[in-house]
Formats: sequence, C-alpha cells, structure tokens
Amino acid sequence: MTPEEIRGRVEEFLAEHPVATTEPSAFLHARYRAGLAWVAFPEGEGGLGVSRALQPLVNDLFEAAGAPDNNPRRNGIGLGMAAPTILAYGTPEQKARFLEPLWCGDEIWCQLFSEPGAGSDLAGLATRAVLDGDEWVVNGQKVWTSGAHNADFAILVARTDPDVPKHRGLTYFLCDMHDPGVEVRPLRQITGEAEFNEVFLTDVRIPDAHRLGAVGQGWEVANATLNNERVAIGGAAMPREGGMLGVVAESWREHPDNHTPELRDRLLRLWVESEVARLTGARLRQKLAVGQPGPEGSAMKLTFAKINQQLTGLDLELRGEEGLRYEDGEGWTMVRPEHVDFAGRDAVYRYLRAKGNSIEGGTSEILRNIVAERVLGLPGEHRVDKDVAWKEIPR
Amino acid sequence: MSAPEVELLDNELDADLRATVRSFLAERCDPAEVVKAYDGDSSLTPVLWKGIAGELGLAGLLIPESYGGAGATAREAAVVLEELGRSVAPVPFLTSAVVATSVLLTGPTEAGADLLAGLASGERTAALVVPLPATTAQPLAPVETEIRSVAGALEADTLLVPVATPDGLEVRAVPADQATVAPVSSLDMTRRLADVTLDPSAGEVVVAAEHGADGVRSGLLAGAALMASEQVGVAQWCLTTTVDYLKVRRQFGRIVGGYQALKHRLADLYTSVEGAGAAARHAAGALALGDAEEAEIATHVAAAYCGDLAVTAAEEAVQLHGGIGMTWEHPAHLYLKRAKADQIAYGLPGLHRDRLGSLVDI
Ligand SMILES: Cc1cc2nc3c(=O)[nH]c(=O)nc-3n(C[C@H](O)[C@H](O)[C@H](O)COP(=O)(O)OP(=O)(O)OC[C@H]3O[C@@H](n4cnc5c(N)ncnc54)[C@H](O)[C@@H]3O)c2cc1C
Repeated sequence: MTPEEIRGRVEEFLAEHPVATTEPSAFLHARYRAGLAWVAFPEGEGGLGVSRALQPLVNDLFEAAGAPDNNPRRNGIGLGMAAPTILAYGTPEQKARFLEPLWCGDEIWCQLFSEPGAGSDLAGLATRAVLDGDEWVVNGQKVWTSGAHNADFAILVARTDPDVPKHRGLTYFLCDMHDPGVEVRPLRQITGEAEFNEVFLTDVRIPDAHRLGAVGQGWEVANATLNNERVAIGGAAMPREGGMLGVVAESWREHPDNHTPELRDRLLRLWVESEVARLTGARLRQKLAVGQPGPEGSAMKLTFAKINQQLTGLDLELRGEEGLRYEDGEGWTMVRPEHVDFAGRDAVYRYLRAKGNSIEGGTSEILRNIVAERVLGLPGEHRVDKDVAWKEIPR
Repeated sequence: MSAPEVELLDNELDADLRATVRSFLAERCDPAEVVKAYDGDSSLTPVLWKGIAGELGLAGLLIPESYGGAGATAREAAVVLEELGRSVAPVPFLTSAVVATSVLLTGPTEAGADLLAGLASGERTAALVVPLPATTAQPLAPVETEIRSVAGALEADTLLVPVATPDGLEVRAVPADQATVAPVSSLDMTRRLADVTLDPSAGEVVVAAEHGADGVRSGLLAGAALMASEQVGVAQWCLTTTVDYLKVRRQFGRIVGGYQALKHRLADLYTSVEGAGAAARHAAGALALGDAEEAEIATHVAAAYCGDLAVTAAEEAVQLHGGIGMTWEHPAHLYLKRAKADQIAYGLPGLHRDRLGSLVDI
C-alpha cells in the first residue's frame, strides 16, 4: 500500500467517524476494526498487513485531525510487548479476546517476568504453575513490575517443569491482575515515586485457554517479547533532534549564560550520536518493514540507554542552578504514577529515571552478550547450569 | 527539525555493483601487494586504477551521460567507496572521481567539459590541488606556487588549481607534466601525498570565477561526505577480521572470543559500525537528493562520526590481534594508517561538529 492509499483510508475513516461527534471509545474501537490501529498487523486484528513504515504517517494523520488517542503512555507494555507476542503466538480466540481492548486502552498490561532470584538470568525463575483440571495454579513472587498497580492483565512466565534444564521448563501465560491471589505492593525508586512494584502470586488461577504458546515453550515466547521490548525502548521512529536530544538542545538555547566550549562540544557529540542512532533505527525499520525484530534491536537499545543517560546528565549541567532543584510535581513525595511520561517531566526526574534504561529490558551487559553471541557469533558464556535440571541448580 | 527519509539499504543495483567491485578487488588487490607501497613499490596503483576506471567503468560514475559518464549518484559512489575502503585499495577514486569531478561539475567551461569527458572514459585522472587537511568548514588559503601535502596528485595527469582572481576563485587545469609533483613519505602510503610546485597561469580555466568557489566547496563537501563510506568499509573490515580471528584464537584452553571483556568491546564496536553505515549512507543519499542544507548537515554528522569510528575500529583490531596485529605482515596496520589519515584529511571530527553546531543553532 502506498502512503497516498493509506492517507485515503484514513480520510475516508475520518469522514465516516467525525472526531467532533464520535464518542472517544467508540472512535477507537471503530479505528481498530477499520485496520487503522497498528497497520502492520493482519486484517481483522487491528491492521491492514502493510509495512510498519506507514505507521508514523497514520498516527500523524489521526493526531492532526484531533482524534482521541489510546493513551499509549499508560499502556506501553501492552502495546509494545504483549500485543506483538500475542499476535505471534496467540490462538485465534486469544487474539480476538485480547487485542482490541488492549489497543483501545480498555485493558492495561504489565510484565510479570523478573523475580528476586531471576533478573538477568530470567530463565532461572522460580514461580511455579501447576495444572489443575483446565486451570493452572500459580505461586511465586515477581519484582520490579512497572505499572502493576494500573494493570488489568499481565504477561507472565512461570515454571511448569522443574525437572528439565531451566530454559525448557517454562510456560507463558496471560494473567488476570484482578484475580484474588494477586497482591501488588509499591516499590519506591530513586525518583521518589513507585513506578514499579512487587507482585505476590498466591494460588492464582489461570485458565489453560490463557496459556500463550505450548507448555514448555515459554522461553521462546518470552524472547519474542524481549526482542520487541528492546525495539520499543530503543527503536522508536522520531524526527531529527527529537526525543531527549530536542529537550536538551532547548535547554542549551534557553541558558546562554551557562555556555562553555566544553559543554557545546559534548552536546554536539550527543547531537551527532543521536542523529546516527535515529538513522540506524530508520535503517533497521527499512530492513524490518515486515516481520519480527531480531537481536539487532539489542544494539539499538544499548545505544539508546547510553545516549539518554548522557543527555539527561548534561541537561542538569546546562541548567546550572535549576539543575540543583527538584520541584517536579510534589518533589520527592512518594506517589504511584498513573503513567510514564519521561520527556514531560522535570530534568532531575529524567536524570534519575534514565539510570533505569541500562537495567530494564535487559541490562547493557546482557545486551552486549546478546549482540556478541547472536549477531557476531562469538562463543557463549561458560555455564554451569546448562544441562542441569532446574531443581538441581544451586541457589 | 525535519530530515528527508533516505533509502539506507542496498537496492538490487547497489548489491550488483558491490559484488562486482568486491570480487574485482578480491582478485586484484591482495594486501601483500598493497603493503609494498610502503617499501617504495607503488606499481599496483596504475594497474588497479586502470581496471577500476576503465574495465569497470567507475571513474565516470558521478559524471552525467551527456559527458560520457554513467550518470549515477553519490549513493552508488558510496557503495564503491565502502568496498575500496574494505580493501584499502590504493586508487585515486575519491580524489579524482569524487572530489575533482565534483569541482568540475559545478559549472565547467568548454575545456572543463572536455576534461570531464576524459575523466569519464578513464583516460584522464585529475586531482584538486589543496593542501590537506582541507575542509569546507574553514576558508581556503590563497593558492601559492608551492602546495604541500596534496592527495591524489601523484596519480593525476591533470591538476585542478583554485586561483584567486578579482572576479572570484577560478579553477585552472595544469597538466601534471608541467608541474613538479614530489612524493611525500606519508602516514598512509595507500593514498600518498605529494608536494606540488606549479605555475597556476600555465593551465586553462576549467571552472570560471563565477562558479569556482562553489566548485571547490562542493568538491570538498563530496569528499568528506563520501570518505565516510570509505571509513565504514575500513571499519567493517577491521570488525569482521577481528571477530573471525577471535573465534579461532585459543588461550588458557578457551577461544579468546568467548571472554566477556572482549565480547563486550566487539559488541560496542559492532553497534558503532552499524551506526556509521547508516550515517554514511544517509550523507550520500542527501548529496544525491541535491538538497544543499541537508547535504551539509548530513555530511558533518557522517564525517564527525565515521572519522573517529574508523580509527577506533582499526585500533581495536590491532589490540585484539595481540602481537600479530603489530606486525608488518598482518594487514591491520594498512587500515590503521588509512583510518588515521582519513580522520584528518577532510577536517577533524571536532571541526565538523563545530560547523554542524552553527547549522543547527547550537
Ligand atoms: C525501571 C525498571 C523497570 C522494570 N520493569 C520491569 C517490569 O515491568 N517487569 C519485569 O519483569 N521486570 C522489570 N524490570 C526488571 C529488569 O528486567 C531487571 O532488573 C534486569 O533484567 C536485571 O536483573 P536484576 O535486577 O536481577 O540484576 P542482576 O541480574 O542481578 O544483575 C546485577 C548486575 O550483574 C550484571 N550481570 C548479570 N549477569 C551477567 C552476565 N552474565 N554477564 C555480565 N554481567 C552480568 C548485570 O548487568 C548487573 O549489572 C525493571 C527494571 C527497572 C530498573
């Protein structure tokens, strides 16, 4: 489909569903059914099966028309991670049940992967799921769960077979966060607020119909999620001098009294690096016009984390005195945020929150391992736990 | 700030061109022959250049068909330069087919048009006589009769000399045999410099004063923009060769490439080389689009990034090969020398950043 054709579709849709007179939720559901939600998804699942490259145009057209949005800042995990995984591994019933309310923002998602004993070594996780009739009974503890306090559903990985090596005994589930066995407790982070949580799972019952992929296939499915997560974090399309760079370039322009040659050259280095990262992302998207992201997305996320951390640090320096004050919202007061809004926040918040960029979604060390092994083909890490049944691994 | 979307991958024609150049160089540009240039034997250069310019017909890539050229764009030249960089090929493609050609194309006189036809057929080779480092970021020094450190002059039969006149800068073509072109013992002997002594009035005007300054600028801009692709080729060779070596080299009973300290360095290098590839291709694409401001921004981005990256790649290649990387026998040093000389030749990365800053209001 050409950009002109898709523009035609959007215009037709807008003519049939005038923004001014259509109720926002009805508008979103209609947009989903017209295939104008995520256009690269197949027809009938919110898309038209066309190139991903057309998505920014579609978003721009709807935005320009003043259309209601699906509040993507509130459902980043749903849109960026759960949806592509459900699309890739879901049954027709699962896709029909979950994708539309997800895209429309009726159901918010979170990610129940990490545990106190399993972070980088995600495949070592201990949360157990045991089949009881046609339901799975889940027990365990998850941690660092972003947005769990807002979530209706979760993507969950649990151990279904402790007697085989760790990667083979995992299964992937879609978990109802309103199940009485789910308890969410806030975890305060270095910004003062609690964006993430600990989640305790006690006899949570998940119907077998909400298992995504085969029993024992959880590691493969989880990797599809993680690859999408890395692209979602690091690979978003943006205009030149967009994103964090744009914010910091503005700081520079607004604080002429603080200019020094050293700060200018550092900013220009980051300008160049951001532009190079933007172009690398554009090239990756040209390569992936259709299909699933592979390990190359890990390189994008590595770069993103590095640049974002350096930019947010530089921003405080450029602001001088302002960089010493944290007057964002209620300062350090503990809150449980409704959504994640990075660019719209105070510079101190951004500096601190960006520290998580090299930890969340796979630490930078782990991503370098992935690039070295899966892209460059270098030997894997020495593993003591590789061919050992999970229950025999010392912990 | 908006930027045009440029095709950043090889299309089918690019891939064919790349395959042709690569297999030609694999056959004719053996590193064992290339290294001889450092011991006084540069006999590979004329043979190789004849093949590339004549047999493959690449000398006229950027020259429009009306002058007998191939009428291709900077995009195709970028593909060729990546491959030339990957082999550190000692040929004057960048200096003649890119820089000198771009100078002439800005507005050739009749003599200039004849020269373009000669360049297109591969019968003639030209060089812009400017002392290196040379960059659009700095004003050109007035030409004297002695010009030090000129690239491409040794291989050229025609020297393009920018001459100041009351009407502006004009470009004259001085036959190389009417000048003294003294070879310099250069850091990079695969693009050997020369000290040139000449009488600028000896030549015919090939770009009149009206267009001369633009011509020189456009030549130097194209040089910096497309050198980035050469730097990508250099860096790719360094990365691939190092990864291949570390997959077979064993120490302490293990494949050395399995040590995480090295894996992480190579992962970082891979990430930067990918970025450099996108930046260089974007610069070439922007040049091909003919949007002057975008071409300049994209060139400064690519030059600033790729200039340092190629040096890092070559330095990592030497270090990660251990002792063998330090030898004359291993080709890594050819790449290190090319990368370091390239980083300086058309303006240091810091200069490109500085100029970029003034274009983007920083
Ligand atoms: C802001 C934020 C939000 C998050 N949100 C979520 C979420 O919503 N859902 C969820 O499931 N998880 C979430 N996480 C968790 C995140 O995925 C983990 O923190 C991460 O995978 C690292 O695990 P860990 O914290 O256990 O650190 P560890 O794995 O214990 O790592 C400690 C250190 O050791 C290094 N290390 C570990 N193994 C290796 C190795 N083999 N080689 C070299 N170095 C190594 C690590 O890089 C790190 O520096 C979030 C994290 C943060 C910071």
